[in-house]
Amino acid sequence: MGQIEWAMWANEQALASGLILITGGIVATAGRFTQWYFGAYSIVAGVFVCLLEYPRGKRKKGSTMERWGQKYMTAVVKLFGPFTRNYYVRAVLHLLLSVPAGFLLATILGTACLAIASGIYLLAAVRGEQWTPIEPKPRERPQIGGTIKQPPSNPPPRPPAEARKKPSEEEAAVAAGGPPGGPQVNPIPVTDEVV
Amino acid sequence: MGNWVVNHWFSVLFLVVWLGLNVFLFVDAFLKYEKADKYYYTRKILGSTLACARASALCLNFNSTLILLPVCRNLLSFLRGTCSFCSRTLRKQLDHNLTFHKLVAYMICLHTAIHIIAHLFNFDCYSRSRQATDGSLASILSSLSHDEKKGGSWLNPIQSRNTTVEYVTFTSIAGLTGVIMTIALILMVTSATEFIRRSYFEVFWYTHHLFIFYILGLGIHGIGGIVRGQTEESMNESHPRKCAESFEMWDDRDSHCRRPKFEGHPPEVVMHPSKVLELQMNKRGFSMEVGQYIFVNCPSISLLEWHPFTLTSAPEEDFFSIHIRAAGDWTENLIRAFEQQYSPIPRIEVDGPFGTASEDVFQYEVAVLVGAGIGVTPFASILKSIWYKFQCADHNLKTKKVGHAALNFDKATDIVTGLKQKTSFGRPMWDNEFSTIATSHPKSVVGVFLCGPRTLAKSLRKCCHRYSSLDPRKVQFYFNKENF
Repeated sequence: MGQIEWAMWANEQALASGLILITGGIVATAGRFTQWYFGAYSIVAGVFVCLLEYPRGKRKKGSTMERWGQKYMTAVVKLFGPFTRNYYVRAVLHLLLSVPAGFLLATILGTACLAIASGIYLLAAVRGEQWTPIEPKPRERPQIGGTIKQPPSNPPPRPPAEARKKPSEEEAAVAAGGPPGGPQVNPIPVTDEVV
Repeated sequence: MGNWVVNHWFSVLFLVVWLGLNVFLFVDAFLKYEKADKYYYTRKILGSTLACARASALCLNFNSTLILLPVCRNLLSFLRGTCSFCSRTLRKQLDHNLTFHKLVAYMICLHTAIHIIAHLFNFDCYSRSRQATDGSLASILSSLSHDEKKGGSWLNPIQSRNTTVEYVTFTSIAGLTGVIMTIALILMVTSATEFIRRSYFEVFWYTHHLFIFYILGLGIHGIGGIVRGQTEESMNESHPRKCAESFEMWDDRDSHCRRPKFEGHPPEVVMHPSKVLELQMNKRGFSMEVGQYIFVNCPSISLLEWHPFTLTSAPEEDFFSIHIRAAGDWTENLIRAFEQQYSPIPRIEVDGPFGTASEDVFQYEVAVLVGAGIGVTPFASILKSIWYKFQCADHNLKTKKVGHAALNFDKATDIVTGLKQKTSFGRPMWDNEFSTIATSHPKSVVGVFLCGPRTLAKSLRKCCHRYSSLDPRKVQFYFNKENF
């Protein structure tokens, strides 16, 4: 349990809350409910939260699955430096964003979910977690011909590795009872029967 | 292509059946609420969103039941074992249990969204028609319970102009359980994403146990009965198809159409002398035996107090009633609240009915019922029931003779049962009574039932022992006491 990075779950929760805020806001605005302007706020807040939370942070241990197309938002989120790196800031920000949506029934679910996400971010911040962007790995340019190695010099059956060693190790090889060094000497003359 | 079909035909069939059932249930419920006359007036306020919400509710019930099955590991192991005579295809299907669990979960999320959005529109409609002053049909329907204390019933759950929808949401059972369930569902879903599951399994495991709150909430979500249709008898009297247009004339004496009545019956209130209140109530699914008791709670007087009252009505009647005497704070406040002429009747909650010794009264050929003061109440129920049984010539009735001694000091008709048999004043001489019974029924089994004070219990018990014959074939007295 000590290995849990709460920020990862908080991120999922916040993303879901953003979507719920947007949905609730659309319902309230389209239905022209009483005080529907809270619905309009909710749509804006929801979009903001979704954009902020879309790029997943890097896990401390192990590889992190990126969300599709998150590198564009990562670049933007990185720009704000400590404001987006620090989870205390995120916790407070989400709490403040969730409050106005609490005045309307249609968006109150978004408030509750975002508040929960804020709480989990607070827990993550207390445990010293931080948002680190996932950097794209530099692609190695494949060198042309880099993988081509020298073809083998002897035809099969090739002697094992000992035969290809230097002559100073020949005695060790002979003592070990290995085959004689040097090119292959066939005990029976070999003829090529291919015409 | 052929290969794919051979490997997946059963999965496809299964999914098609499941989707088909979902579609069928949705459409069926939708049409029922959209077309039925019973909900004609409800639709006048709410529109089509009523049917949407109910249809998605039915699908939610169906899918929520289904979602637990693929993760019942013992059940699946059992099926695998017993399916050994079944084909491999069926058993292979069990391997995909988690995929099915996730699919059902997505369907639940979808229907939750539909249900919530539809109810948001419904609440807004209720709120608007409550605020409306234009005398339209919707506004008249919304004001229904306000004007009538008895005999009416409400359609719009928003009772006053100042009540906000948020207040109704968080004070009604449906609203509160709905919010709790949805939050539990969202937490379960966000902690169950592939990334979280693979990286931090405990978060998923512990959070997923919130399903208990989801299932519990689902069980009690609908018991408030907020969605209401017109009652049968009101439809027979004034059918919406012919009465809806003439809604302005519902109050006129000579119009054919009366105000419609909706499900949910408010209690009938009868005040008796010596500060005894009789409440006659109806509750869906309530069935009772003679002499049983219920617990009653009145939230407007005290949120947490539940007080027991014996049922004084017979099971044969179409309502159940209790008689309440002013004997303390709660009962006095209750009687005062019901005496108010101009405010609406307070809401009552009922738990029970629960069984007592008096239920056995019909097992005896001869029964002697002794009640003191308000202790006559269980016997009122019994006597009324016997009367009804005689009326219907119930052959199962073993009891052939009943003697009732009610110690009360009131007038000619017995206030509790309304029976004309006058009770005599003063305390009976028990010895005389018992010896009379013993001599007139030498071979019977006699049940003596008491609801009263302890001293009376002691003397009656002594009499029972004294007058029971040693010979088991002769008269036997069995003493039964009600305990409170």
